[in-house]
Amino acid sequence: MSLRLWLPLAVVTAWVVAALAAPLLPLDGDAIRLRLILEGPGGMGLLGFDDLGRPLADRLLLGARTSLMVAASVVVISIIVGTAFGVSAAWMGGFWDHVMVRIIDIFLAFPGILLAIALAGILGPGIDNVVVALAAVGWVGFARLARAQALSVKHREHVQAAVALGTRPPVIILRHLLPLLAAPLIVEATFAMAGIVIAEAGLSFLGLGVQPPAPSWGAMIRDGTRYVLVAPHLVLVPGIALMLVVFAVNLLGDRLRDRLDVRYRPG
Amino acid sequence: MIHGVLSRLLSAMVVVAGVSVLVFLLIHLVPGDPVEVMLGEGARPADRAELERALGLHQPLAMQLTDYFSGLVRGDLGESLHSRQAVAEVIAGRLPATVVLALAALAVALVLAVPLGLIAAVRPDSPWDSGAMTFSMVGVSIPNFVLGPLLILLFSVHLGWLPVSGWEGPASLVLPAVTLGTAMAAILSRMVRSALLDVLGEDYIRTARAKGLDELTIVVRHGLRNAALPVITVVGLQLGTLLGGAVITETVFAWPGIGQLTVEAIQRRDYPVLQGCILVISLAYVVINTLTDLAYGVLDPRVRIGVS
Repeated sequence: MSLRLWLPLAVVTAWVVAALAAPLLPLDGDAIRLRLILEGPGGMGLLGFDDLGRPLADRLLLGARTSLMVAASVVVISIIVGTAFGVSAAWMGGFWDHVMVRIIDIFLAFPGILLAIALAGILGPGIDNVVVALAAVGWVGFARLARAQALSVKHREHVQAAVALGTRPPVIILRHLLPLLAAPLIVEATFAMAGIVIAEAGLSFLGLGVQPPAPSWGAMIRDGTRYVLVAPHLVLVPGIALMLVVFAVNLLGDRLRDRLDVRYRPG
Repeated sequence: MIHGVLSRLLSAMVVVAGVSVLVFLLIHLVPGDPVEVMLGEGARPADRAELERALGLHQPLAMQLTDYFSGLVRGDLGESLHSRQAVAEVIAGRLPATVVLALAALAVALVLAVPLGLIAAVRPDSPWDSGAMTFSMVGVSIPNFVLGPLLILLFSVHLGWLPVSGWEGPASLVLPAVTLGTAMAAILSRMVRSALLDVLGEDYIRTARAKGLDELTIVVRHGLRNAALPVITVVGLQLGTLLGGAVITETVFAWPGIGQLTVEAIQRRDYPVLQGCILVISLAYVVINTLTDLAYGVLDPRVRIGVS
């Protein structure tokens, strides 16, 4: 295995293990040690302490859990909802397809995470609302991709043969359509995962995500920016963790795309 | 051609109408009673009735929607609950700062992306190529709320070259523009590379080589000009994303634009202002995308005369 493969794999594995193991470890992200306020990394303090004297290492691991949980939930919901709408639009065609294309266009007319910011702002803070806000934006990409792919697969001979044999549509879609859609959807899901990790942190950065004292990398960065002049490690520690994870997931997505030979369409 | 333009405009109109309805519906997503959320539970009934009337919530939904659209047509986006100013005025006051920031970020992105993509495409699979593409991957992966503070740390705190935040003259524009432009540069450089790689494999490039043109003329005159089309599409798409990303970048740098206004509106539960901001940013995005599509037709003769 090359360096370019095992390095991102190692980072992603570390992220997932940290997220899953966080509740099992003797971590205390809320423990306040007044003597250690803004103490830098090194020695027994590991990664240093924040503005309330809480250990950054513990908060980092707990934050990994938040980001993985949100990213995984949003991707799962988005992929199911998006594929269901996209495939049904392509399969049925006609009026339903027309309506779906319009709805997709309308959702895509909101740039970046703007709609998620508005939704999270209106629904109020909290991890559930973050998932709802991000999934409300996330399904669209999958719907568009699934529709486009399903349209091209729909006219292949094996699908036509199944139709001619009188197979029921749900069976055709499950057995003959979805397996061919899996590769591009998985690649899309990988990039979506990276995007959602950033988006969750972004919402928390704006104060619209997970509520304190629950740890989130975005919220840690937000708290840290106020002390960036005196204690830069408050921003650097969660910032570097976030970058590494997103970078690694993107690299893996790149590899996966080359491997599965899916043409990537930007936007 | 005319038919194409008309149908593109028509579909843009449908999207504009859809976006407006969605933004109108946003306030009805407020969990529970929006009036109670804004005033708190101990509010006097008179205040509640007053706010309900100000928001038009006492009317049936169809009436609210009609009022909303007739307001939109007149450029009336309602009144801020916080400052009592017209929302349209508040937004108009903040818009120039965001436009300046977006254009500066676009300039940063182009200056970074075109040379990077060009080097990568001319020497594919070389260290130059992998270097440029690694930069691009890092650029996509670094969120602007991390890059922003890091740039402040380096250029404002350690080197003391540039102001930390706010508006203290043109130097204040540099860090926000770089922060916002980097992600776009990353995506754009990949696009320049792949578009240029496609073009450099064409027959007319071989012809240009055969007739003895020097490499620079081939790449720039014959290569870049033809690679410009797909790149312009991405620039159009990304310019809109830039507006969305501006919300976070403006917050990092206390930049007095519409992005920061959005966040302030959320914090103050000033829903009319929030709706106005989301609407204006999204509509700007739709307009930019439509113009990009139309520009594509003007620039590419194949699209213009309807060959492809």
